[in-house]
Amino acid sequence: MSSHIDRPAATRGGVLGWLQIHLPKIVLSPTLAITGVFVYGFIIWTTYLSFTKSRMFPVTKWEGISPHVKLWANPVWEKALENLAIFGILYIGIATVVGLILAVMLDQRIRQEGVIRTIYLYPMALSFIVTGTVWKWMLNPGLGLEKLMHDFGWASFKFDWIVNSDMAIYTVVIAGVWQSSGFVMAMFLAGLRAVDDEIIKAASIDGASQPIIYWKVIFPLMRPIFLSSFVVLSHLAIKSYDLVIALTGGGPGYSTALPATFMYSQTFTRNHIDIGSASAVMMLITVAAIMVPYLYSELKAQKGVRQ
Amino acid sequence: MASLQVNNVIKRFGDVEVLKGIDIDAQDGEFLVLVGPSGCGKSTLLNMIAGLDSITDGEVLIDGKVVNAVHPKDRDIAMVFQSYALYPNMTVEKNMAFGMEMRKIPKAERDKAVMSVAKLLQIEELLKRKPGQLSGGQRQRVAMGRALVRDPKIFLFDEPLSNLDAKLRVEMRTEIKKLHRRLGTTIVYVTHDQIEAMTLATRIAVMKDGILQQFATPQEIYDRPANVFVAGFMGSPPMNLIPAKIAKNGDGLSVEIATADERTLRLKLNGTGKGLSAHVGSDVLLGLRPEAITDLESSDSGGDIQEVECSVEVTEPTGPDMLAVLLLGGIEVVSRMRSSANVHMGEMTKFAVNMSKAVFFDTETEERI
Ligand SMILES: Nc1ncnc2c1ncn2[C@@H]1O[C@H](COP(=O)(O)OP(=O)(O)OP(=O)(O)O)[C@@H](O)[C@H]1O
Ligand SMILES: [Mg+2]
Repeated sequence: MSSHIDRPAATRGGVLGWLQIHLPKIVLSPTLAITGVFVYGFIIWTTYLSFTKSRMFPVTKWEGISPHVKLWANPVWEKALENLAIFGILYIGIATVVGLILAVMLDQRIRQEGVIRTIYLYPMALSFIVTGTVWKWMLNPGLGLEKLMHDFGWASFKFDWIVNSDMAIYTVVIAGVWQSSGFVMAMFLAGLRAVDDEIIKAASIDGASQPIIYWKVIFPLMRPIFLSSFVVLSHLAIKSYDLVIALTGGGPGYSTALPATFMYSQTFTRNHIDIGSASAVMMLITVAAIMVPYLYSELKAQKGVRQ
Repeated sequence: MASLQVNNVIKRFGDVEVLKGIDIDAQDGEFLVLVGPSGCGKSTLLNMIAGLDSITDGEVLIDGKVVNAVHPKDRDIAMVFQSYALYPNMTVEKNMAFGMEMRKIPKAERDKAVMSVAKLLQIEELLKRKPGQLSGGQRQRVAMGRALVRDPKIFLFDEPLSNLDAKLRVEMRTEIKKLHRRLGTTIVYVTHDQIEAMTLATRIAVMKDGILQQFATPQEIYDRPANVFVAGFMGSPPMNLIPAKIAKNGDGLSVEIATADERTLRLKLNGTGKGLSAHVGSDVLLGLRPEAITDLESSDSGGDIQEVECSVEVTEPTGPDMLAVLLLGGIEVVSRMRSSANVHMGEMTKFAVNMSKAVFFDTETEERI
């Protein structure tokens, strides 16, 4: 009798008990296997391919580092990296600043805040393809803004960045910022709302003006949010593909090529799986260079909290 | 140093009236304690004195000047918050110097002020740390330090000790009292702890539901509470309130308490009964502090002592003294006596009641008679 009570509940019924213990593992294992194969397996596969002679089809014949050498000699790759630098810096910088300004303005407890917040957040709900297409129409000299101004009678108005190979990359920045700053705003707004009211009161008794309170007391508290928005935006920037394809198709010429569009066209349209793979590996390394320190610091912070 | 007056101050949030006409007048150097249950409007009143919240109606005067429209930073006040409100991104030193930095006081002078206050509060070794690396008690000191470096006209404290454990709270209470004696600055101190109020204050303002119940010295509030609420709120255990009747007894008056077995217990009113002649025949509440009911040996030497026999329901030794729950008339009352008192549970015993300490409340209005 007593030994029956001592037994753990799960071992009681034969099959049912066994299921109770092993069900979580059974449920999780397919996802684990799929993730293992399709994410990590293909990372390894792609990395391997970048050292082979693969052209139209993947081959396993070892070629050494020559695809990587070819990649770095390719002027389009060079342009893609330059574009990524311009796009990444401007996109992250402007989206952060615009998001922060919007958040500070919304934080003044204005009326209709809920509506305004939703309006700013909506672009994030769109896919980059939609954003790109909409902005393509708006920026098209014959269709959008320029035509509108001409119709209003402002004949000298000119805004043709999208067809200008020196300026086209900035239109990608405009569309990207439009899409993402609402999201950044929402993150900062949550952060601003979490700041203890009494700290702000203390600062105002200490004689700090409103801008100084924001600058010296509140913004420093937003550090974790700056960091997470940087991480989110930077990996969006590095992966950027659909926005460019929908907006400019990488053109004019290859003036708005980004590493992701370069990788796609090498691999799937120019029969250079080796070079495409090499560029994909470079992108992975760049993302990892940003994500690994971030995750590391996050984990460390969490451990610190638990102590 | 400065005087502080609050004249008929009203605060409304939308339709809700949170403060309903508060009048307070604190002298220069006074330690004024605002006390009351949660939500009675203490913090709101303090915020209005500080200028952090607008005043719906009425006036706040500092040093005789109306400051309703003066910005908090120009009121020359310093405040310690319940959450301490330290700037998490700055070191202790920077926290303390921030107010002076904003006032463009030269660095050398700032450093000197911070050092001397740090020495006073014994937080010198914490100056380079951030608030996150401090214990609760240390944070509390830093918050005080931040207020002290400013040398303001008035200090405002909003429940500065409520986040500390019991032992530290008692220690800091003493420190604050010492500090006040040393600096002599006017202090307004919010708490909902009646012991803090009693020990610290030169005068106490008891509030309830946005109404000032009584504004007097701690002793006055303890001995002669203005109404039933104050009697119950101040003092632990609270004052015993016994339903009774005033009756004529020859030349003088007496108070009659109905007992459970339909007899009446009669206590003569000698000195205390003066204002009560108008209430002959009416119901009142007799208020007696626990220490006004004792065993016969330890009865107060002076005063109007009368004996009653009660049954002892429970005894609760607390260490220094003993609390006993007695059945006096029909209801339970608490008495406090020496721990060596010869009182046992379940026995009928004679007790001494000090009637010169008794107060009476009108049953209807609950005000003191
Ligand atoms: N901004 C506000 N809007 C509406 N009502 C408020 C606001 N601030 C405070 N109140 C109300 O005013 C009343 C008094 O609040 P207050 O913070 O002054 O209480 P308190 O006496 O300090 O209480 P506690 O001891 O809990 O700190 C409460 O009922 C509260 O709900
Ligand atoms: Mg409060």
